[in-house]
This record gives sequence, structure tokens and C-alpha cells, in this order.
Amino acid sequence: MIEAINDALSIKLDQDPDVIVMGEDVGYFGGVFRATAGLQEKYGKTRVFDTPISECGIIGVAVGMGAYGLRPVPEIQFADYIYPGLDQLISEAARLRYRSAAEYIAPLTVRSPFGGGIFGGQTHSQSPEAIFAHVSGLKTVIPSTPYDAKGLLIAAIEDNDPVIFFEPKRIYNGPFSGYYDKPVEPWKKHEDSVVPEGHYSIPLGKARKVIEGEELTVLAYGTMVHVARAVCEKKGVDADIVDLRTIVPLDIEAIEASVRKTGRCLIVHEATRTSGFGAELSALVTERCFYHLEAPVERVTGFDTPYPHSLEWAYFPGPVRIGEAIDKILSE
Amino acid sequence: MADGPSDNKQSGGERGNKPALQLHVPEPHYRPGDKVDFSHVEVPEAGRQPRPDEACAARETEALCYDLVRVLGEDYRAHGPWDPKLDADTLRTMLRNFALTRAFDERMFRGQRQGKTSFYMKCTGEEATSIASSMALASDDMVFPSYRQQGILIARGYPLVEMINQIYSNRGDKLKGRQLPIMYSSREHSFFSISGNLATQTPQAVGWAMASAIKGDSRIAATWVGEGSTAEGDFHSACTFATVYNAPVILNVINNQWAISSFSGFAGAERTTFAARALGYGLAGLRVDGNDPLACYAAQQWAANRARANAGPTLVEYFTYRAEGHSTSDDPSGYRSAQEREEWPLGDPVMRLKKHLMALGEWDEQRDEAMDAECADQVKKATKEAEKNGILGHGLHHPFRTMFEDVFEELPWHLKEQSEQAIRERETKFPEGLPKQ
Repeated sequence: MIEAINDALSIKLDQDPDVIVMGEDVGYFGGVFRATAGLQEKYGKTRVFDTPISECGIIGVAVGMGAYGLRPVPEIQFADYIYPGLDQLISEAARLRYRSAAEYIAPLTVRSPFGGGIFGGQTHSQSPEAIFAHVSGLKTVIPSTPYDAKGLLIAAIEDNDPVIFFEPKRIYNGPFSGYYDKPVEPWKKHEDSVVPEGHYSIPLGKARKVIEGEELTVLAYGTMVHVARAVCEKKGVDADIVDLRTIVPLDIEAIEASVRKTGRCLIVHEATRTSGFGAELSALVTERCFYHLEAPVERVTGFDTPYPHSLEWAYFPGPVRIGEAIDKILSE
Repeated sequence: MADGPSDNKQSGGERGNKPALQLHVPEPHYRPGDKVDFSHVEVPEAGRQPRPDEACAARETEALCYDLVRVLGEDYRAHGPWDPKLDADTLRTMLRNFALTRAFDERMFRGQRQGKTSFYMKCTGEEATSIASSMALASDDMVFPSYRQQGILIARGYPLVEMINQIYSNRGDKLKGRQLPIMYSSREHSFFSISGNLATQTPQAVGWAMASAIKGDSRIAATWVGEGSTAEGDFHSACTFATVYNAPVILNVINNQWAISSFSGFAGAERTTFAARALGYGLAGLRVDGNDPLACYAAQQWAANRARANAGPTLVEYFTYRAEGHSTSDDPSGYRSAQEREEWPLGDPVMRLKKHLMALGEWDEQRDEAMDAECADQVKKATKEAEKNGILGHGLHHPFRTMFEDVFEELPWHLKEQSEQAIRERETKFPEGLPKQ
């Protein structure tokens, strides 16, 4: 997935002289996860460069660049560090088009690795997507495969609205079944790893059907798509798994169609439970598909605690928690 | 706190022979009822401040960060190396911009009191910091203002009717009634959309300037921020980015002494000057008499030339005084001495410029009175014109559906649904067709 992201950035830098890649360590070194490796060498120091350690500055500067007419793609090294830049995202980037009646726009794409599963402790593991989904004017994208990562990132950079692009770092190098001690299968050997060369984009707001099934709808995104899939396959559940890909804008049609078909809905995300995006999904499914439901909507999420270090795998919403929830839904 | 050090009890108490620590909470010199004495404010003689080369090393401006650049002397004549040597026509244009801004403020303040809008902010006493300084920029240099730089729009010829439409949030308001009054935006006039969140515009100005440099453009950026807001993290991020990338940007700090009721001491003014913030970042810094129009012009011109020559960014502190309340929602008599305004040692910028022109033999009382009358009339006509488009709360606003536009470039399904709901509700909420509020 890292290579797909690098490829998407390279393609956009190549095609559009207004695209700028910036962030802590993204220049000469190519980023702590190597997502921007080789880009500075290829596109020069004024197109791809390191920044001071100031998320507020990175996002604020990107808003100004966007107002000038550039398309900045700032990287926030870990999603956990995005908070000092929140005012610039929430009050400025998200509302610039609205408050200026479209005189000015902020077409930035903020890339940031997110989620746990790499022993990152409480400051390198969070999934803050619900904060952004709650803000009017931001789009939030979370890919789950290399193919999607490239196509969605290209679409995000081409989009005229500010986009938060969360990269699930647990699956940078391969999909993941949810068992901490299970070796990761490298993307190179995986069916979802086929990434075409050159430019292609995936529209924001269109979900992906991971597998078709009749018994149960699973709504998931990012890392949890793979974990849920592994559990369903292992349990032999005939699940309809919908990878949301973008939570704002949301593909409500795909969600409604699937839940109406199966009558049962499980929502899985890694972020904490209370006021998480799962709550929004649950409410939408209940409002719009109530008479098709044969069981209450269930949520599997992280716990409402900071992300622990040594007990990471007790915290992680893995196969056991998902399996229990599936049993409960199917038993109704 | 059994685990804590034994002599570090949270509640104080026994401390051995160590002195008790004391917290300092800043307090302004004068409160309501106090007699004012500004003798502690050092006002150096005009013309005595050196003018370093615009391409000098940032540290060569150190002395100027603690000094006060002044051009207009007690004799109302220009003195010293900072004299921008403006011709009489430019000075008269500047004076007219001052007078027009003052007339506009007067009328809009009254309009708010008459219930025509919700809010207004005057810039009385600070006209030079926006008008004189912006006149030293090119008309297409990008400005990222705060909320008291209406003078820039007026100096750049933005139609008064458009400004009033915005203040009234009426159907003529280009911003579709979405912004608080005075939070203008005009791309055509290179005037960035004003935010209500403080200092957010400062890193944005730096980003715009960086973008201009990345594209090999020749336009620079300038931003204005109040001295109180320099305490925001954004301002420090802006200074860091500006210096790191040598961005072609000017960071203007309006030290008008008051952030609503908090005096400048709460932004750190008791310890050093705001211009001196520049030094730690490696920026050039200038501290300027903000009520001296020629000094304001000269400082901005110096900084603009420096930025345009890729010689570096500049932080300019304008030492001035907010003569009026913070906004129409503020009453300064509740927290500061009423005498302050009268006693302010740097005078009034409009009066100083007027007397300068008179000292040059280029102006007289008759012309001045005529100009003031013309300005008042111009504002009055613009007000009448704008009122045809409605005033706040009278229903002449943009259609309901516009509330949902521009959140995103395209309307997503959930906003479409909500838009339909708002239009449905309208018939029940406002059976006579138009909402009163």
C-alpha cells in the first residue's frame, strides 16, 4: 500500500505542477513510513519538502497555498498528532469555501497514518476519523487496499474540497486477519495487490463490495475490512461486506441496499465506541432500514480508553469480539 | 500525594527556608476613574531612528525593535531617513481614505445601534496601520487581514455598497449572509476572507507567500494581527515557517493596547516589545509609531521591498491605541480610564496627516470640511443604496437553499435532504413568507 501511495503522489506531482507535498521528514528522507521516498529527488525541493514540527503551521500554510491556487498534500506523521492543526482544519480549511461564498477554496489533502496494531502506544495508534466526520466541509477517506489507496488518493488530490486521507498503517505492508501473532501476508502475494500503472481514480463517496453474501451486512473501513473478512470466512458466515472507503461523503445507497437484502447489520471500526462513526452508521441504518431489520444493529469497536501499549491486543477489536457479535446477530 | 517529594506539598505550608513563590498577574496602569499619566511611554524624537538597508541581516534591526520609527515631528513636518517622501496628491488620497473610513465607521456604528445589523467594529485611531501601510503595497499583493482593517478595502477602492451589503447580510451580500458583519472577502481586491478565530490568518499568509515563491510569482503577502492574538500558537507557527523558508511575507502586529478588556500585558507586553518577537525567530523587526501615517507607510514599504527582493520576511509592530470600544458589544468605560484616549501621547493619525498637509501648504480647513462632508454624503448614499437590498432580519436575504451551498463543491445526499427539509419547514415557520429573524 505504501508503494501505491507513493505512486499516486508521483503521478499527481508529475501531472500537475500545482501539487505540493510537504510534512515532517517527507523530503530528503522520504517519510518515516517511506510514503514519499524518492519524490524530492524527482520533483525538487520546492515541490516536496520537510516542514517544521508544527501541525498548526503545516495545515495553516497549506490553507494559504490552496487559496493561492496550489494543491498541497501535507502529511501529518501520525494521526495522533493532528490535534494541534485542528483549528486550521475545522475553522479554516473546512469552512473557507462556505464563508467566502466560493471566492476562496482550500483544496488540500491531508495524509496521515492512523490506527493501531503496531505497538505504537497511546500516541501512535489512534483513529480520530469521527472528529472529522462531524465537521461540515471536510471529506474523510480511508482506503483498505493498495488499489483503492492509489485511486482514492488521486481522487482526493483532484478534489476541490479539503480531504483527510487516513492510511491504516497496520496494513501498509499487507492485509491482516486480526490475530496479533499471525504473520502478515505481504500485499505482493495478495489478490488485492494488483495496482495498475498510470493514472486512475476512484470517486469519493462510492463504497466497495468486498464479498457478496446473504446472511449479514458488515460495514467496515480500513484495517477492519480485512479482520472482519477473515472472521466471516473462518466462521463460514455468508456475509455481505461493504468497505465504505469514504465516510464523508457516505455511500448511503450501498449501505441501504445491503442491509435491506440481509436484514442484519454489524458495524466494525477500530476507533473508540462512544460517539464513534459507528454510532452514526447505526442510527442511519435504523432510520432507513428499520422494517428490514431482523436483529438489532451491533457495533464492534475499540474500547473507550486511551490506546494502551502493553495491552494493545486486549484492546484491539479482533476476531473474538467480532465473532461474538456475529453470533449474537445471527441468533436473533 | 504519598509518592511526592516530602517538601513539595500541594497545599503549600511548611517550606523550610525557601522563599514562597509568587505569581504575577498583569494589571494595566489605569482603571476607570484613574487619572492618566502616560509619561512611562517613551516617545522618541521623530526622524532620529536609523533606516537600515532593506536587504540587511535581520539582526541589524535589533535596535529598531525597541525603538519607535517616527517621521512626523511636533511641527507636523517629515523628518529623517524614514520619510517616504510622498507627493501631495498621494498624501491627499491617504487623508481622504482616512476620512472615508472614519465616516463609514461612524455611520455603520449608528446603523448597528438602529438595529440594522448585529455587530460592528470601528478602527478609530488605528486608520494609519491599515490604510497608510496597505498603500505601500502593490494592489495585487495579497492581504490576510484581521477584523479591524476595513481601511484596506476602502483604500483599494472596494465599493462601499458591497461592504454595507455584507454588514447587513442582505440579499446583495456577496457572502450570502453567512459571515458576521465586517468579515469581508474580496478576491478581486486581493483581500482574504476574514476569520473569527484569531491569528489563523497568519500561517495562511505565510503559505500564500510560499506558494507565490514556489511559482516564481512577484506578488507578496501581508497579514495583520492584534497584539493580543500574538499569544496564539498560529502566530508562532507563522513566524517559524516565515523564517525557515524566507517567505516573502510581512507580519503586521497592531499593538492597540487592548484585547477587549485585557490590556497588552496579557500578551507579554510588560517584558518586551512585540517587534522584538522577531529577533528570536531571525526575522527583521520594526517598531513603528502607529499613529504616524508616514512612518506606517515607510515601514511597510521597507518590509515590502525586502520581501520582494527575497531578502526576508519582516514583523512590524504598530504602537497605537484603540480609541473606541472593541466592538459594538463592548463598553470600554467598564475597564479603562476614559481619559486614556485623550491623553494618548501619539495623537490621532487623521489629525496628524491633516496638519502635515497644512504645514506643507497643500491643505486648509475649508477643503478639509468639504472633504468630510463629501465623505459623509458618499457613505450616506451607499447606505441608502445597500438598504434597498435589505437590512439584517428583514427577510431580504438569500434564498434558503443557499444555506446548503458551498459546504462542498457539490451537494451530497445528506445536504440535499436537509435542504429539502428547510424549504418544507419554511412554510410552517413563516406562513407570511418571510422570517422576521
